[in-house]
Amino acid sequence: MSDSANTVVVIGGGPAGIAAAACVAENGASTVLIDDNPRLGGQIWRSGGKIPQAKEAGHWLNRFMRSGAKLQCGTRIVDRLGTKSLLAESDRGIQRVDYSQLILATGARERLLPFPGWTIPNVVAAGGLQALVKGGAPIAGKRVAIAGSGPLLLAVATYLRLQGAVIVLIAEQAPWSRLVRFSAKLKSSPHKLWQAILMGVHLRGVRFKSSCWPIAARGESVLEQVEFQSKQGRFSVACDYLACGFGLIPNLELPRLIGCEVHNGFVAVDEWQQTSIDDVYCAGEPTGIGGIDSALCAGQIAGFATVGRKEKARGLFPARTRGKKFEETLAFTFALRPELRQLCQPETVVCRCEDVTYERLQPMTSWREAKLQTRCGMGACQGRTCGAVAEFLWHWQLASARPPVFPARVESLAGKTLTLEK
Amino acid sequence: MPNLIQVTINGQAVTVPGGITVAAAVLLSGKSGIHRSPSGALRGPVCGMGVCFECRVTVNGRAHVRSCLTTCEAGMEISADE
Repeated sequence: MSDSANTVVVIGGGPAGIAAAACVAENGASTVLIDDNPRLGGQIWRSGGKIPQAKEAGHWLNRFMRSGAKLQCGTRIVDRLGTKSLLAESDRGIQRVDYSQLILATGARERLLPFPGWTIPNVVAAGGLQALVKGGAPIAGKRVAIAGSGPLLLAVATYLRLQGAVIVLIAEQAPWSRLVRFSAKLKSSPHKLWQAILMGVHLRGVRFKSSCWPIAARGESVLEQVEFQSKQGRFSVACDYLACGFGLIPNLELPRLIGCEVHNGFVAVDEWQQTSIDDVYCAGEPTGIGGIDSALCAGQIAGFATVGRKEKARGLFPARTRGKKFEETLAFTFALRPELRQLCQPETVVCRCEDVTYERLQPMTSWREAKLQTRCGMGACQGRTCGAVAEFLWHWQLASARPPVFPARVESLAGKTLTLEK
Repeated sequence: MPNLIQVTINGQAVTVPGGITVAAAVLLSGKSGIHRSPSGALRGPVCGMGVCFECRVTVNGRAHVRSCLTTCEAGMEISADE
């Protein structure tokens, strides 16, 4: 990537990144899309399994392929190298990535919350199980309990059932009254997929409980059963997998490393999706959890803005406003209940990488103190899981990201000096 | 039907469909836990998207490879904790 001073670099190959890159490249600008995953599509358009890709996914993937944008999968950004330059790592080694403009479309991950037994093998994230199955993990005939919060639970249940899983329970922590209001709003919107899911087209006969959440997972070496709390009391369900996710949280590590301002947990952007840093744009879930439509819309706006097609971007503003409303509806409907802060026992592991328990963290007063005193968040995932847990349990503010944003090989870090000297 | 390829998992030859992830291959081989935490607890894949690092294995001698992000290749030598 030597002739890169005039290249628009897009980080993240989900809907926002694909839409952004396509719009940039279609306008003749040199464009590179970089993604950590082996294939394009992000989490939501990950291919695999028996469900044919949504029409929209096919449309955008084709558009991207025809746009002339270059694609580099299996590559992660681990650090920044001064102004308008990043350090990337892949199987092929390290590389310097220079950009004239940068579009961050780093997506979201699932929020995991700790409860006794959540570290037992086969207790997985909800979208996590879907991703593993799309990657070829066997699921046919397996009994799966799905728990947590958000529309993703129903999408995952639908997918897994079509792959032959037996869905023994869907436990949504949100109350029924809010789900009813949410469904009523969706009926008047163009979210066809959600309509189908909510009408239970593929989930007929599946046990669904609202105001219900897991309180303990049990099993000798692998998951055997899960205990749930509901309004009617506690009950246990035998299962092979618990797929459990409490909504989505934005991936802010890279925006924070670059210095983008974050307000109320999301990257702050102006009307053109530009962040607080000149020539650095952001689109999709890092700016608000709103789903595919919002991400596609904001991605296009960012793409058009970088190539100066402001009139095209402006045409998408009304759709983005609708998307923002949907974000608010989602946040209200699936707001996490305070009881979820009371699930840990003293010996429950909170930081999975470093095995830091709840009782060791409870006396701490800040994320920084917890890191220094207990090594919480200092392991391989660098607090990606337990940081969000700590934010939820103790309202700690997470500090800015430190390089490398992903664990990098020593030769990559050594090579950084060489790259800079070139 | 996808092509079948052979990999080894902890020295045992395993035949898997080409194109699946290393995490899927390890799960297909019958293991659920594949990585040990610092205190020795067995852990399995969680996030499926490269975030949680609970699915780390050694692939062709390289340690700490996230198996959920890695596609199986013929002849790959995978070691997982047991």
